[in-house]
Amino acid sequence: MAWPMSDDDEEIILADLNDEELVQQMFDDLYDGLKEEIEESVHILLERGWEPYRILTEALVGGMTIVGNDFRDGILFVPEVLLAANAMKGGMAILKPLLIATGAPRMGKMVIGTVKGDIHDIGKNLVSMMMEGAGFEVVDLGINNAVEKYLEALETEQPDILGMSALLTTTMPYMKVVIDTMKEKGIRDDYIVLVGGAPLNEEFGRAIGADAYCRDAAVAVETAKQFVARKHNQGVAR
Amino acid sequence: MTDALTALLQERDWLMADGATGTNLFNMGLGAGDAPELWNVDAPEKIRALYASAIDAGSDLFLTNTFGGNAARLKLHDAQSRVRELNRAGAEIGRELADKAGRPVVVAGSVGPTGEIMAPMGALTHAAAVEMFHEQAEGLKDGGADVLWLETISAPEEYRAAAEAFALAGMPWCGTMSFDTAGRTMMGMTSSDMVAMVEKLPNPPIAYGANCGVGASDLLRTVLGFAAQGSERPIISKGNAGIPKYVDGHIHYDGTPELMADYAVMARDCGATIIGGCCGTMPEHLEKMHEALSTRPRGPRPTLDEIAETLGGFSSASDGTGDDAGPARRRTRRRA
Repeated sequence: MAWPMSDDDEEIILADLNDEELVQQMFDDLYDGLKEEIEESVHILLERGWEPYRILTEALVGGMTIVGNDFRDGILFVPEVLLAANAMKGGMAILKPLLIATGAPRMGKMVIGTVKGDIHDIGKNLVSMMMEGAGFEVVDLGINNAVEKYLEALETEQPDILGMSALLTTTMPYMKVVIDTMKEKGIRDDYIVLVGGAPLNEEFGRAIGADAYCRDAAVAVETAKQFVARKHNQGVAR
Repeated sequence: MTDALTALLQERDWLMADGATGTNLFNMGLGAGDAPELWNVDAPEKIRALYASAIDAGSDLFLTNTFGGNAARLKLHDAQSRVRELNRAGAEIGRELADKAGRPVVVAGSVGPTGEIMAPMGALTHAAAVEMFHEQAEGLKDGGADVLWLETISAPEEYRAAAEAFALAGMPWCGTMSFDTAGRTMMGMTSSDMVAMVEKLPNPPIAYGANCGVGASDLLRTVLGFAAQGSERPIISKGNAGIPKYVDGHIHYDGTPELMADYAVMARDCGATIIGGCCGTMPEHLEKMHEALSTRPRGPRPTLDEIAETLGGFSSASDGTGDDAGPARRRTRRRA
C-alpha cells in the first residue's frame, strides 16, 4: 500500500498524498474518529478543485459506509461510531454551505421521534447521529410523540422519511396508530416510514404497514439510502 | 457491620432475586409513558403488591421501584426535584415488607442508567453523573435499602461513576450490565472486560453480573464468560423471560415458567449465585424458578450447545471473548 500503516511512526502529511491515497486516508481517519484530520482533508480536496458533492459521496459517505458495515457486523460499537459521526459532521460543516450554493442533490431529510408513551431515546439519538453522519438532514422530535406531533412535523418539514422508535413492548403498537392515521389522511405513500427499537422485528414492521424495520442505526442508514434512491428513480418530486 | 446481602451469601450458596418490575406494573395499570417511580408516593399499595409478589414467590432479595429515579430520567416527567423523595419512598415500602417477611429478605435499591451518553462522545460529564447517582443513592439509603443495585448499564464510564457515587453514600452495592449487542453491551464491553473493570474498582460490588439483554440463552453465555475469568466474586444472572413477540396486536414474552425454571438451574450451573429474572418475568415464573432451584440437583457447567438446545439459540455467533472473538477491525494508522 502506498500510505503508511500503523506500525510506521512517521507522521502522515495529508497534503503530500495524491487524491486516491488521500481518500483512503480519510476512510481510515473517519474510522478512527479524527475530526481535525477529516476537516483538513476536506479543505485539501476543495483546493484541488473537487466538487463538494464528490467529496461528500466519495470520501465522507464512502468512509462512513465502512464504519456502518463494521458496526452492523459487531466489529465496531457505539463509542467508535459516535466519534466517526462526529468527525463526519466536522467535514459536513465545511461542505454544507457549498453544497447548497452549488445546488447539489440532497441526501434526504428525516423526521424522527420516539412514539407516545415511550420515554426512551438512546436508540433514536444514535440513529439521528448516524443519519447526520451519512449526510442526511435530521429533525428530531424527541420522546413521547403523539400522532398530531408527527403529522405537524411532516407538514412543516416535508421530509423524505419518517422514523419512529419505541423501546417498550407496550408502546410499539402506537406506531400503527400513526401509520393508520397517515393512511386515513391519504399521505402514507408520500413518505418512507422506517421503524426501529429493541423489541421490534421485521414481522412487526410489515404487520403495521411500515416500509421497513431497521435493526440498528447502521441498518437504518443503509435502508434510508436505498429507499431515497428508489424514490428519486421513480421521479417523485418533493 | 456486615450488610444483609453479604450475611445471606455467607449462609447460602444460591439466592433468588426478583423478576420484572415494568412488566408487572403495566399489568397493574401503569400508563405507557408514565414514570413508575411516582407510584411510590401516589399508589404505594400497588408497589407493596409488586414487592409482596416477589417475596411470596420465594425471592431472597427484591429490587425497589426506583430504576428511573435519577434526575436525568425524572426530568422527562418534570420530577427532577423529587429524586430524594421518590427513592426514599420506594425503599421505605420495601423495608416495611422485608422486615415482616419472617425470613431474611434483602431490599436492593434499584439504580438504572441516566439514559445520557457520557463524555467525550456525549454531553454527560463524569462529575455530573456521580452527582446524579449520589443523590439517588442517598434517597435509597434514607428509605432503608440494604444495598444499592445498579442495573442495565451499557457504558463502563457510567458503571464507574455509579460506583464512585455509592462510595460517597457509604453503601454496599451490586451492579449488572446489559449485554444486548452481539453478546456485548451497546458500548462494546464484553463479559471479560467487565470482570477486569469490576476487579479494578476501589469499592468493588458485593456481586456483579448481567441483566436484561436479549434472551435467557445469551444471558447464560455472558455468565459463562464471567465465570471463565476465575473471579471469586458472586455472579448475578437476571435474564428476560424469553424474547418479546408481537402476536395478533399484543406483545408477549415467549419464555414460559417452565423454561425460566430450566434457565434458573442452568444459570446456577454456569456459575451464578444470585439468580432472578428481568422483563417478562412474572410471579408464576418466579415460583417455578424457586421450586427448581430448591429441588433440582446441581449439575456440571453446561456447554453453549446445551444452553441453545434447552433455552433456544443465541443472537450472535460470537460474544467477543476467547479465541473466537469475531472478525477484526480495519487496520488504520492510529491503532494496530
